[in-house]
Amino acid sequence: MKILVCVKQVPDTSGVVAVNPDGTLDRASMETIINPDDLNAVEAALQIKDETGCKVVVVTMGPPPAEGMLRELEAMGADEAYLISDRVFGGSDTYATSQIIAAALHKIGIEDDDVVMCGRQAIDGDTAQVGPQIAEKLNLPQITYVGDIHKEGNKITCKRMLEDGYMTIEVQTPCLLTCIKELNEPRYMSVGRIMDAYSMPLTVLDNEALKDEPLIDPTTIGLKGSPTNILTSFTPPQKGAGTMLEGNGAETCQKLAGIMADKHII
Amino acid sequence: MPTYSNTDTAAYKNVWVFCEQREGKLMPTDFELISEGRKLADELGVKLCGLLLGHNVEGIAKELGGYGADEIIIADDPLLEVYTTDGYTKVICETVEELKPEVLLFGATNIGRDLGPRCAARLHTGLCADCTHLDVDMPLYMDFLKENSTLPENRLDLIAKHTVKVLGEDHDTTRDLKMTRPAFGGHLMASIICPRFRPAMATVRPGVLAKAPFDQAKADAVAINKVKANITAADIHEDVKEVVKAAKKLVDLVGADYIVSVGRGISKDVDTGIKIAQEMADVLGGVVGGSRVAVDSGWLSPDHQVGQTGKTVHPKVYVALGISGSIQHKAGMSDSEFIIAVNKNPNAPIFEVADYGITGDLFKVAPLLTEAIKAEKAAK
Ligand SMILES: Cc1cc2nc3c(=O)[nH]c(=O)nc-3n(C[C@H](O)[C@H](O)[C@H](O)COP(=O)(O)OP(=O)(O)OC[C@H]3O[C@@H](n4cnc5c(N)ncnc54)[C@H](O)[C@@H]3O)c2cc1C
Ligand SMILES: Nc1ncnc2c1ncn2[C@@H]1O[C@H](COP(=O)(O)O)[C@@H](O)[C@H]1O
Repeated sequence: MKILVCVKQVPDTSGVVAVNPDGTLDRASMETIINPDDLNAVEAALQIKDETGCKVVVVTMGPPPAEGMLRELEAMGADEAYLISDRVFGGSDTYATSQIIAAALHKIGIEDDDVVMCGRQAIDGDTAQVGPQIAEKLNLPQITYVGDIHKEGNKITCKRMLEDGYMTIEVQTPCLLTCIKELNEPRYMSVGRIMDAYSMPLTVLDNEALKDEPLIDPTTIGLKGSPTNILTSFTPPQKGAGTMLEGNGAETCQKLAGIMADKHII
Repeated sequence: MPTYSNTDTAAYKNVWVFCEQREGKLMPTDFELISEGRKLADELGVKLCGLLLGHNVEGIAKELGGYGADEIIIADDPLLEVYTTDGYTKVICETVEELKPEVLLFGATNIGRDLGPRCAARLHTGLCADCTHLDVDMPLYMDFLKENSTLPENRLDLIAKHTVKVLGEDHDTTRDLKMTRPAFGGHLMASIICPRFRPAMATVRPGVLAKAPFDQAKADAVAINKVKANITAADIHEDVKEVVKAAKKLVDLVGADYIVSVGRGISKDVDTGIKIAQEMADVLGGVVGGSRVAVDSGWLSPDHQVGQTGKTVHPKVYVALGISGSIQHKAGMSDSEFIIAVNKNPNAPIFEVADYGITGDLFKVAPLLTEAIKAEKAAK
């Protein structure tokens, strides 16, 4: 049994976000981090590994520097890593991305007792679409928004969290789960493993390696394979700053309440 | 012999809204999407259809007509009573392949965001996630851009020409759905089109689009179109063991007219901080919300979170107590009608969106403001 975890390297959008004059993101000047929800997926996989001794395989699609992230994940406890990387994969929207990742997972091989895990969403695109779309392409049952996982043999039982409660759902492996941050607290990488990580298995899958996969076709990958196109991107204008009131005592508060009454909003 | 081609865009007509029901009750997003769908259908000159899956749901269908739907397509089957990804995806995709809508919208609820991508992948079409604005009509879209973007005139002029390059070829955007959404934590907005495939699909963020007034005459006039749900238990690979509603009533931030939110600023005395926010909310007749820090720290439950990963709100009055005003927080509250910020740091970014700001300690200022509001209300 193994758990395949899809992990994305993303720009840190909580820090300073630099935007190019043409409205695109200036990725080069931004720090990259491991997508937060994906760390919860890795942790969930490692907890199952701790219990069952299964193998944990991390998979990413991205530019070559993403290798560093895969080494960090191996230092956290992953056993094997795959980097899906090729110029022709660039410009992929969620449809094309999941097509390529699904092809790679198929190439790596999904056995009857395997589980694929994703994060709920990546903080750059914020779409939450790649997980379910990989599941569809691989014909796997999916459970999204997973807040709790129980594994018993080939049976997986999860809570799918909803806005107003949750559903408890049981599926058979192989299946795909998308994990939310409430699921667990990700562990840190083990210092002892950092050096070892660099001698652990890491395979690069480029277009040459994947081109015979049935899901890979020039019309389903990259820009050409992306059904969506960006018409325009732009930065929103800042709302004009309002009035800073003088002071912060009772008088100031009475003045503000008076303004609210005059405007008939209280 | 393939009879289904989703690239024959001219063969696709009508705007569809997937109307989500839970336990036989429609979701608030259904009414928002039907109202918005009406606008889009009129811009395209086509019909607006609601797509309702469930069991014994015909009774709730008519209400959707009251918000503007011309027709409700109902797929009724005991296997559709409770949501399953497999069951709903199969029925929706088969109905789409048969009746060929041009546009298909979902609410960006947890279920909409589970179902939408699965359907888009099966139908081989584009899906734009968590949209906050939709247009077909180019002049309306240009008005939106002028007001909501910092794009220079020459870029706007280019967009207004209706033609873009798609895979090196000129493409006419006249009939395309322009789907606008925030990305990169709200730092950037993007308008997406799905030029080559149909239907164009979007999930739409709850609470952002306005609900039209309900019209009983339209509700009575709505057409019901029952379609066969071609589904058996063997099609569904998920076994739903139970559906549990949260025991505690969740706070209704999206519908609230008054919201008093707290952030890390209350950290030195969390209980008092929440108490004074609650007192102000009570006087205003509203509810308490919070920043992500307030939720991540466990001071408030996740249903209280305002912002990009929380809820988008537009109350009459939004009071931010001890919230710095990160871009992700502002993304969820900057459209409030009247914003008051209390922060001890005069340079906090929250003051950039506040109508009125007070520099000071929230533990001192907030109770005084509550008293003053109470007095004004009593005087009325
Ligand atoms: C992908 C992503 C999504 C996110 N989504 C959201 C979201 O949906 N909602 C959200 O809110 N955040 C979100 N965030 C987090 C966001 O970036 C900020 O970290 C968060 O909003 C900060 O919360 P805060 O203002 O309460 O805390 P801080 O930024 O720490 O600000 C606290 C403020 O309180 C003031 N203060 C302290 N003591 C007092 C006092 N006694 N009286 C008055 N003022 C005082 C301080 O001056 C400071 O300005 C997201 C981040 C990411 C990366
Ligand atoms: N390039 C990628 N490489 C690996 N996993 C990805 C990639 N893009 C998305 N994912 C996975 O899909 C999830 C949802 O991403 P998104 O749809 O972009 O919000 C992420 O949390 C990852 O688990």
